[in-house]
Amino acid sequence: MSDSKPSYNIPLGPIHPALKEPILFTFKINGEVVEDLDFAPGKVHRGIEWMGMRRNPVQIAHLCDRICGICGVSHTMAFCRAIEQIAEIEVPERAHYVRTIVAELERIQSHLLWAGVAAHELGFDTLFHLAWRVREDAMDLLELITGNRVNYGIIQVGGVRRDVTVDQFPKINETLAAYEDVAGKLLKLFLEDASIRVRCRDTGVMTRQQALELCTVGPTSRASGLEMDVRLDAPYAAYGDLDFTMVLPDQYAGEIRGDVYDRIIVRLLEVVQSISIIRQCIDNMPPGEVMWETKYAKILATCKKAEGEAFGRVEAPRGECFHYVRMNKSEKPEAWKVKASTYSNQMSWLTMLKNEQIADIPIIVASIDPCMSCTDRVAVVKDGTSAILTKQDLHRLSVEKTRRIQGC
Amino acid sequence: MLSGVMAAVVGCTAVAVYGMVFGLFLQGIDRKCAAHMQARVGPPIRQPFIDIGKLLCKDNVVPDNAVRSVFNAAPLIALAASVTILLYLPVGSFMPILGPWGDIVLIMYLLTVPALAMVAGGFASGSPYATVGSQREMVTMIAYEFPLAIAIIAIAWRLSIAGVADPFLISTIAQTSVWSVTGPFGWLGLLLLLLVLAWVTPAELSRVPCDTPEAETELADGLLIEYSGRNLALFSLSAAVKTVAMATLAVVLFLPWNPSWFIGMAPAVAFIADALFFIVKVVLVVFFSVSVIRVMMARFRINHLVTFYWKYLGIAGIAGLVLIVLDAMFGMGVVA
Repeated sequence: MSDSKPSYNIPLGPIHPALKEPILFTFKINGEVVEDLDFAPGKVHRGIEWMGMRRNPVQIAHLCDRICGICGVSHTMAFCRAIEQIAEIEVPERAHYVRTIVAELERIQSHLLWAGVAAHELGFDTLFHLAWRVREDAMDLLELITGNRVNYGIIQVGGVRRDVTVDQFPKINETLAAYEDVAGKLLKLFLEDASIRVRCRDTGVMTRQQALELCTVGPTSRASGLEMDVRLDAPYAAYGDLDFTMVLPDQYAGEIRGDVYDRIIVRLLEVVQSISIIRQCIDNMPPGEVMWETKYAKILATCKKAEGEAFGRVEAPRGECFHYVRMNKSEKPEAWKVKASTYSNQMSWLTMLKNEQIADIPIIVASIDPCMSCTDRVAVVKDGTSAILTKQDLHRLSVEKTRRIQGC
Repeated sequence: MLSGVMAAVVGCTAVAVYGMVFGLFLQGIDRKCAAHMQARVGPPIRQPFIDIGKLLCKDNVVPDNAVRSVFNAAPLIALAASVTILLYLPVGSFMPILGPWGDIVLIMYLLTVPALAMVAGGFASGSPYATVGSQREMVTMIAYEFPLAIAIIAIAWRLSIAGVADPFLISTIAQTSVWSVTGPFGWLGLLLLLLVLAWVTPAELSRVPCDTPEAETELADGLLIEYSGRNLALFSLSAAVKTVAMATLAVVLFLPWNPSWFIGMAPAVAFIADALFFIVKVVLVVFFSVSVIRVMMARFRINHLVTFYWKYLGIAGIAGLVLIVLDAMFGMGVVA
């Protein structure tokens, strides 16, 4: 019967209340149901890679902080890990722990920010206000440790710029205790509320197989039952020494359905997990320096002499964050490629949104925690129409770029 | 003759001004209460007045592909219809101006007019968001009319069984408390119907969880997306007046008591006391059926909304009706 209804197109974006960052969706709607969709990113490309190629690694570390306002630490850590591998810089043990603490605090605030946004998309503003108010504690703690609420600027090539000192421990413990209190309340409010359950259960389903085929990462893939977590698969910083397990939705719900509800479960349980990780870090922090070398001139000189390529993988709050760097005995990197987690996750929208209702578009779009400006690439526009690159074009461009970098 | 017309004109103007001012105050109180429940400070209570003032100063933008006449007429019709509802509703012990010329069934029809005007305006604005919003508004209307009709009909029917003359007239319902003519079964039924009406109010006023037609995060204000300036101000005023109308309807149907009935007072004092008590009742109704509900819920999907109103509230309404019928059958309370 619904076949007889004419379908019509609804553009959503580039600017729309459901989207926190610009991206253009075009939906083909039949009644209230999404028949087909397409999306066009490329509205907030900022040319950060281009800027980075004209700077030295120490400067790029701070540029990395500006890639994303929410997961700046992850980007910086991924970049620094790549540089440290190329230049064979040994990061002190204590710096690893400080990096882990900051990264996990960032995960807490990022997931709570997402929880607030998700509640707002569902039209549940009370929960949105609660989540964001609770998030402030993590922001305050980050300010105490790093000196900044956003763009922390704490991670540097060779370690961290500030130590977590003993006199900060009471405040950290106090905040963590407050979060342990509030975590149960948040879980109850988000997961036992009938109006949220009825909106999120079986909405935007992505099966394990689809998650695997679409190469999704982070909480989005874990909510579909795909066991992928860089912190456990390829431990970095202090994660190898710590005791924690992967968060999967069946730990709360007893089953994995891969819907929006499961993504809420994974993110909220990860907040609880992060509290325990920070506690372990504080208990086991080794003494010592936090920088490999305090003189930046020496770090720069070491980087300048370095030759080779490496990639840094970090589990950002949204999923795997990947930085590829190639140095060739020069001050500037020869190549720097950033792949933010949203880049891997965004194709899953096509699967999740088909045959869903208009009302569920905002929450499904938000459910992968998109971060458009981190992930945006150049959109080629010729004569007013964007050129669509085929698989062959992309392959040719990639070969050409590799040849250009390698100089052959 | 002429003085009668003059009195009617003055009365209607007074009611219109009262509806707008009180409605905006109600919205301010609603926003402040909701903000406090969400641990926020919230805007000052006069904020809706500031918003309307700002909108009235702004230009009216009409989209190129809009049907101009319908687009501009819709807000006026919505406001006029909302004010007309108020003319049939009492304020405290002040009986409605047009009371003798219409009854509660007319009010049910009038309540749909602002919504229909919004639908027409939405379709006329030529935006896909507004089109989706208009479709949803129509579905919402179909969904909540049934429980609303049950609540109203049940009360009028019980009054008619109790032998009250003209049970459908507003002045009759306002002067004869339905609680006084029913027995224990009837009270249970009335409580159920009160619950039903409390849930119909947010749908009628397009507030969370029933704001699907203008869902901010989905349709970017749906129906109203193309409206700006004075037209939007008129729609906002119509929403404010409708808030008063819906709350007054609930007060008339279920909470019609006045302090002057219990305590002997001089006529002037009684009038003021009744009016103040009436305002308190309206504020309470708005607080419980708008502020509290919108603070504790996520937005419904349109199919949830229809299921909720037809299935759950429909069954609750029918159960209330059945209890009231049983009440009359067993001769509890007053039966003529």
